[in-house]
Amino acid sequence: MEETNAKLGSVTTGDSDGLLVLTVGGCWNIGGAEKLESSLGAVTPRPGQSVRLDLEPLESIDTAVALVLRKTIKRLESKGHTTELVGARPAHAAFIDLVSTNDRPTVCHPPKENPVTAVIEHVGSGTYGALQEARNVIGFLGMTLMAIARCIVHPSRIRWTSLISHIEHSGLNALPIVGLLSFLIGIVMAYQGADQLRRFGSEIFVVNLIGISMLRELGTLLTAILVAGRSGSAYTAQIGSMTAHEEVDAMRTLGLSPMEVLVVPRVIALVVALPILAFFASMVGLLGGGIMAWVELGIRPALFIDRLSSALTMSTFIVGMVKAPRYSPSLLPWWVATKAFGLQVVQKALAG
Amino acid sequence: MTDETPVIRIRGLETRFGAQVVHHNLDLDVMRGEVLGVVGGSGTGKSVLLRTIVGLIKPRSGKIEVFGQEMAQLDQMGRRAVESRWGVLFQDGALFSSLTVAQNIEVPLAEYTDLSADTMDRLAAVKISLVGLPADAGDKYPSELSGGMRKRAGLARALAMDPEMVFLDEPTAGLDPIGAADFDKLIRRLQKSLGLTVFMVTHDLDSLWAICDRIAVLAEKRVLVVGTMDTMLRHDHPWVHEYFHGPRARAATGN
Repeated sequence: MEETNAKLGSVTTGDSDGLLVLTVGGCWNIGGAEKLESSLGAVTPRPGQSVRLDLEPLESIDTAVALVLRKTIKRLESKGHTTELVGARPAHAAFIDLVSTNDRPTVCHPPKENPVTAVIEHVGSGTYGALQEARNVIGFLGMTLMAIARCIVHPSRIRWTSLISHIEHSGLNALPIVGLLSFLIGIVMAYQGADQLRRFGSEIFVVNLIGISMLRELGTLLTAILVAGRSGSAYTAQIGSMTAHEEVDAMRTLGLSPMEVLVVPRVIALVVALPILAFFASMVGLLGGGIMAWVELGIRPALFIDRLSSALTMSTFIVGMVKAPRYSPSLLPWWVATKAFGLQVVQKALAG
Repeated sequence: MTDETPVIRIRGLETRFGAQVVHHNLDLDVMRGEVLGVVGGSGTGKSVLLRTIVGLIKPRSGKIEVFGQEMAQLDQMGRRAVESRWGVLFQDGALFSSLTVAQNIEVPLAEYTDLSADTMDRLAAVKISLVGLPADAGDKYPSELSGGMRKRAGLARALAMDPEMVFLDEPTAGLDPIGAADFDKLIRRLQKSLGLTVFMVTHDLDSLWAICDRIAVLAEKRVLVVGTMDTMLRHDHPWVHEYFHGPRARAATGN
């Protein structure tokens, strides 16, 4: 809190014929209103004493100051003091009148909730929301599959330009972040794995550890999570903003199906891009692991590759790649996308 | 009503978006206590001018003085001091959607003053009443209000700090004619009772007739002409003539 442009005038108290005289002078404004209120609040007249509020030397006023003066008068009157306001310039009197006529009881804040019932309500609405969301996700999945099926039957409905552009945005542009993460994971696995395996004198098995886990599980999983977070929120923002600008409504009035125009290209783009990204992630992960194995354990690249080829079979690789599109198309990214924005909004917009 | 020192003094303002020049060599004075209406065709940069003055857009060159202080020279504290002396009403009110109307009004109060919670609530209530909102609007959320009520609430927030000057961006756009006329009257009444200077971007000829002391016409990337309605009616620039003598203008004057 700070007081910008606070103007502080003066408050003086005096006595005249048994009357308590409060003189407010100088320039007061909203910045000093609290100070004015506490100065006036510190004044305690004798019981039954009348109070005169003299505004003659007051030079400037605003609504906050007028409100404080009004509050002070009300406070004194509620304690049984008779008050009078004298010396106010016409402009200042008009201000006090303006505030007086507009000072009416108003509820400013939403009612405070009982914390116990609030928790119960929160749990209830959360459960209900989760169930509703589950139903919506299943419905949306069905709509997406139907739309894709329509596009397969009528390939002319596929928006190729949009598809390619989404492959670029969700696939190509995700290479750096996917690469960075799996490279680091590869390094960490080699380092930590070597540390543990050294106890058995079988450091060389670090190659198997990295190779199998990267190709079979991690490359794909890391990619799916990253793309879900990255592209999922991007899709949510895009479609949410289009909904807010009534673009989705416009599409529907023009006879375009939002599912076909917006959803299908994104889903197919992810199905195409994810395996490629996952492959890339696995390779970069192996690279990171290989470098660390060389630095930490002295396993030279030639030996690393040799061990790798004996540890891995083609099926290890294929199992990993098959997972990629299964992780990818609807579940992870769409779950994130719909969760982040509230499925209802996106879905209502798309389904009507 | 006006004195000689302008509250806003703009000299040689140049604003650009990329290669597109919006303002070139624009001069404008706004006098204390006046209602200045800024008009111009679509895309002449009326709203851009407003946003440039309040500091949302950085001008390429030129000088903007507000309350006698050059905005570009001010440090952060200096800017805050100036910003607490003006209020801005955006087109759709621009209320914070997670706060009630009263809480919206209390945002600048909590930021700039040390008022007690009770005084803030009372002051918010006064502002709500001043702009003609019903007392039960205080704890409503912006999504529960009509467009006209949102504008009134936005105006109440703009008036929270008792500013000397308010900027209004198309205050009557999107209101029905009765609502627009009421809003005009409200602005005039508040301007008189609070002694405000009003900088108003508008398309509404009725507003121009009803409440503006002076009118500034933006055209050809600058302020083409500034003056009273009489000046506008006599001006012979084709756009100005068309604007103030067109069928809608005649309807507004009642001829």
